[in-house]
Amino acid sequence: MTGVGARWGLGVAAGVVAALVLPVGAVVWRAEGLGALAPGDRGALWFTLWQAAVSATLSLLLAVPVARALARRAFPGRGTVVLLLGAPFILPVIVAVLGLVAVFGRSGWLAALGVEWPLYGWGGVILAHVFFNLPLATRLLLQAWLSVPPERLRLAASLGFGPGDVMRVIERPLLRAVGPGIWLAVFLICTTSFAVALTLGGGPRSTTVELAIYQAFRFDFDLGRAASLALLQLALGVGAALLALRLAVPSGFGAGLGGVAERWDHRTPLLRAQDAVAVAAACLFLLAPMGAVLWRGVPALPDLPASVWAAAGRSLAVALLCAVLTAGAALALALAALRTGWIEAVGTAVITASPLVLGAGLFLLLRPWANPVALALPVTLLVNVLLSLPFALRALMPAVRDLDRDFGRLAASLGMTGLAWLRLVGLPRLRRPLGYAAGLAGALAAGDLGVIALFASPGQATLPLAMYQLMGSYRMEEAMAAALLLVALSLGLFAAFERGSRAA
Amino acid sequence: MRLDLTLRRGGFALAADLTVPPGITAVMGASGSGKSTLLGGIAGFVPVAGRVEIGGAEVSGRAPGDRPLSILFQEENLFPHLDAATNVALGLRADARLDAAGRAARDAALARVGLEGLGERLPRDLSGGQRSRVALARALLRDRPWLLLDEPFAALGPALRAEMLDLVAETAAERGMGVLMVTHDPADAERIADHLLLVADGITHAPVDARAALADPPPALRAYLGA
Repeated sequence: MTGVGARWGLGVAAGVVAALVLPVGAVVWRAEGLGALAPGDRGALWFTLWQAAVSATLSLLLAVPVARALARRAFPGRGTVVLLLGAPFILPVIVAVLGLVAVFGRSGWLAALGVEWPLYGWGGVILAHVFFNLPLATRLLLQAWLSVPPERLRLAASLGFGPGDVMRVIERPLLRAVGPGIWLAVFLICTTSFAVALTLGGGPRSTTVELAIYQAFRFDFDLGRAASLALLQLALGVGAALLALRLAVPSGFGAGLGGVAERWDHRTPLLRAQDAVAVAAACLFLLAPMGAVLWRGVPALPDLPASVWAAAGRSLAVALLCAVLTAGAALALALAALRTGWIEAVGTAVITASPLVLGAGLFLLLRPWANPVALALPVTLLVNVLLSLPFALRALMPAVRDLDRDFGRLAASLGMTGLAWLRLVGLPRLRRPLGYAAGLAGALAAGDLGVIALFASPGQATLPLAMYQLMGSYRMEEAMAAALLLVALSLGLFAAFERGSRAA
Repeated sequence: MRLDLTLRRGGFALAADLTVPPGITAVMGASGSGKSTLLGGIAGFVPVAGRVEIGGAEVSGRAPGDRPLSILFQEENLFPHLDAATNVALGLRADARLDAAGRAARDAALARVGLEGLGERLPRDLSGGQRSRVALARALLRDRPWLLLDEPFAALGPALRAEMLDLVAETAAERGMGVLMVTHDPADAERIADHLLLVADGITHAPVDARAALADPPPALRAYLGA
């Protein structure tokens, strides 16, 4: 297969580099230095950093008891819980936000019980970030926990260790080894989060840098300041990425989370109760918002305005294109990366760019030539492909390496290249990771509320944007019905691609 | 086939300056001596410094698929998701799209190796010996002047292996195809090889008559055989 995708891959890699460097270059060129920043913008940087730090710390701390319970206990439904922990990754952010509003909001379930939660402002931003990252941190911790060799636990049991001893000798060193990496991974995600800040933050004291870029664009149309802010966000991303290089941030992919190692230190009723409470509380926290959306959304489904259905159609089109383009680009990159190492690095470098930085840069690039607003959907598609590439590449790269190792020489000895190789070897052998990558890209694109908010006029709204607009006009029941539609779209796309690639 | 080359891999180097005569030549040598590397160099998978001439043409710059040879590897000689007929068809066209004449040639090749009517089977539904036959049928259909065997039958039992070697010898003779086969078993060489080529201490010795050499081994071969 060597040589097959090389030229294509180099072309795609050049395209990815261009799609990153040109917008970033435009941002740097247009930025007017830190002087262009408004006084509130320093506050945005500060808020971005501290809310991300608090969110990461809370997610990690709360994940410890949940992961420990899942690591040391086999119980019916454990597999479902682990699956549930993976779901937020493809759950559209705006849907989760709406669910949190339905539970924690002023007229939500908690308020009905007499508990008040400051949902709008920092409280909501952090709550939503924990909602998304507690499951991620739990999965990563669980992965680490299950990597403890069973022999060590057996040794601990033979030495008569109690739970406290196991914690001290085995688990605490483990947490110290993987904890910082997981914390940083969550911190990174929280610094680039836009949709959460857009919907729950926004006041002078709860605006992130990403949100400030958006506001500078939409409200003030101050391109210079927006570019300066984008530069700030970029510095944040690059700085965090450099930090991540030193810390070995875990990936959360691959590695099975199936088995439970046999242990002897956890059989007291107290620990049993503690684990049960941890798992039940985590499930309640994750499921209640979804349940609330379902509860209030279903009755409103028949009343959805036609504009929402049109938006759903646009989202579907963008998502399908994004799925196909991402899978194709990732395949070309992966094939080229077999021989040219830096290409894989290009694919992952995308992570340092945030959607709003790319969006702002593309806006600046397009403006002299065309009306950027008219290109809202193509730009959204492009940014979504770029942002999905690292995940797609990570899913595809190991399979491509295996394929090259097992059948690369055979294909080369028969002179199989190009389309013949793709049809007879590449597609049949890589169908599953390609389907997974396409499903992931499709789900992420369908649920994305990022660049589209920056560019779109009401006539071009995607489904997440239409939902946001419904929320903005307090049409909550309709927003929840739209949320159901969006979840169905996202999960449906993921399942369709993923399942389709498994079928013979 | 004329070789004048040096192969390097890490700290390992192997030199060859010799002519491989037509007929069947066995390549022998201790494990790690570079037998497979030599075949890889000829087939285009290991970069060589020097020349590889086949039929008077220098081929060391060509892609593996463009060289006038077929090669069977130790394992993974068939694509597991393609049926036997398609695997064989790849010998004629890399996109496996055959016209009527091509299909007839494909079926003839399958029949020649004794797999008539089994074309629709996937490799996993064939026995180890049958899989080897499919790979051989593909090489027959490719019809290139040389066939390189990098111990493709090593996993078969002795009786099956002898059967496959005989089939290789017969079909190669029919087609006038030269064969270069790696083996570590003198019995294999004795069974079908005309010549013997010893790889030892970073040097590829010039080929010698197989039967004579095995009957009265020169010192280097004697050291390898331990006789």
